[in-house]
Amino acid sequence: MIILKHVSFSYNNTPVLHHIDLAVKKGEMVALLGPNGSGKTTLLKLVSGVLRPNWGEIHLDGSILSQIKRRKVAQCVAVVPQQFSMPFAFTLGEVVLLGRTPFHSLFSNDGEQDHRVVQQVIECIGIAALKERFFNELSGGERQKAILAMALAQEPKLLLLDEPTAHLDINHQVEILDLVKSLNREQWLTVIGAVHDLNLAALYFDRIILLKEGRIFDDGPPAEVLTEKAIEEVFSASVLVTEHPVTKAPHILITPKGYTG
Amino acid sequence: MFALGNKTIKMFTRLKQNRRLLILLALGALLLLCLLIAAALGAVSISALDIIKMTLNKTGLFDFSATWQPSAETILFQLRLPRVIAGALVGAALASAGVLFQGLLRNPMADPYIIGTSAGAAFGATIAMMLPISFAFLSFGLVSIAAFLGALGAVFLVYNLARVGGKTPIVSMLLAGFAVSAMLTAVMFFMVTRGGRPELLHNAFSFLMGSVSGTDWTQIAIIAPLIIGGIVVARFLAFRLNAFSLGEEGAAYLGINVEREKLIILSLGSLLTAAAVCISGLVGFVGLVVPHAVRLVLGPDHRLLLPAAALSGAAFIVLADLFARTVLAPSEIPIGILTAIIGAPFFIYLLRRTRREYAF
Repeated sequence: MIILKHVSFSYNNTPVLHHIDLAVKKGEMVALLGPNGSGKTTLLKLVSGVLRPNWGEIHLDGSILSQIKRRKVAQCVAVVPQQFSMPFAFTLGEVVLLGRTPFHSLFSNDGEQDHRVVQQVIECIGIAALKERFFNELSGGERQKAILAMALAQEPKLLLLDEPTAHLDINHQVEILDLVKSLNREQWLTVIGAVHDLNLAALYFDRIILLKEGRIFDDGPPAEVLTEKAIEEVFSASVLVTEHPVTKAPHILITPKGYTG
Repeated sequence: MFALGNKTIKMFTRLKQNRRLLILLALGALLLLCLLIAAALGAVSISALDIIKMTLNKTGLFDFSATWQPSAETILFQLRLPRVIAGALVGAALASAGVLFQGLLRNPMADPYIIGTSAGAAFGATIAMMLPISFAFLSFGLVSIAAFLGALGAVFLVYNLARVGGKTPIVSMLLAGFAVSAMLTAVMFFMVTRGGRPELLHNAFSFLMGSVSGTDWTQIAIIAPLIIGGIVVARFLAFRLNAFSLGEEGAAYLGINVEREKLIILSLGSLLTAAAVCISGLVGFVGLVVPHAVRLVLGPDHRLLLPAAALSGAAFIVLADLFARTVLAPSEIPIGILTAIIGAPFFIYLLRRTRREYAF
């Protein structure tokens, strides 16, 4: 699906990513973990094509990403950012319809197909009842679902999540990730997500990529990657790793500093 | 009974689909009505029926017998119609440019003048007024041409000043626009006050407050295709403007080629503004408030907003100019003063009444 070959990137001479080699196959669900500034968001922006690597190549389905038209890329790759600011009073339905933008040429208008996709997506996500409400008047969780719906209206094969649940309550976090997981399982949607919460990553993602200072520190299934030693080294935080009593996924526990019991 | 319900729903859906068209048709009819009223009223009033008959006669397809004074025909075709149509063009251009700039810059204070067009135009016009030469090119005077070039030149300067490493961030552009405007305005006022000629002050002030009087058919024949063509092109960009409401990053995720589209939208907005400025001078307020007002009533979808704002802006300037020349007749009030006096209270009313919330 997507292959990164020796990709490096710097912002104005500040190097952010160094020689990243990475391949993600169709249907995988990959979490990018790492402390702030480790290059997670930059890596997602490179994969979405809005940034171009300074060195190296990115291949999307066999073609070089930077040589594909932006519109064509957006018909295949969709991004759910942390949040969007929306200055205008669009309704939720209108925001989701924006996801159809890559399918329009200068002279075409939104047609039946676009409205059908929008309706399908908002029903799948369970926000059809909010369609006529103003986007800005929705709660944070509802808004994030709308943005997920907008990304899905692009009918993507690859969904990129940039800490999509960072501002949400636990119930909304779980709802959004459940939705993404079911799309991954049922429709073979490839997912790459930057995630903050190690436990959520361990629960929902099949493959974890640990980033440290712009390099891949480790890459593999949660149980192999999320060890006490690795987390200590990457995050400089001492943790205990146990096992989730139900799912058997690794579960990371923190202890307050200086705790003596 | 169920079948009837279904039918009603279908009819309702179709009606909703045609909502955009219906609103635009209604606004178009409103504009025509304003044009007719404005053409009818003045120092000599001409009946609306006579105006319609005279206009239809001009097409060559009709031949109504004259029920009017010959002088009425001269007044209508030489004075009133060019002025009324110029007003409509200026209003449509400024309102559309306002929609383009507000949509792209996502800034509530954005108007057609925000990135330097007004200061550039005033600067150019003032230099032209000070030059000891005068000529007319295709019936445009030196001042109009200099204003047109000044407006475009200022935007070009601002765009390039704000450009860093192949990107033109919106915030840099707003700030560069502010700086360039401040400098050009300062130099302009220096020239006006030190120019040594008393009529210069008067002429510069007239330009700053705007007027659509004295437009002739040749000017309209040149400017009309520019403005109408510009609005048609802008309408094709409406979908992209909608995407820009998510911000540059969001627009990029939706497959928009951000830097290229930004340049296209900016150029188009600046061209519309410059075209308006060269026939009317600086008419303020319409480009800021008409887009806001229309957005508050009809919503932010640029596919409806853009043409609706163009039609409303046109009607607004036609009415404002009607007041400008009739309220204190025979003397005229500068149209820029009237647009603010009529427009501001109406806008405040809309702002307080509306349910659609702003979150710039």
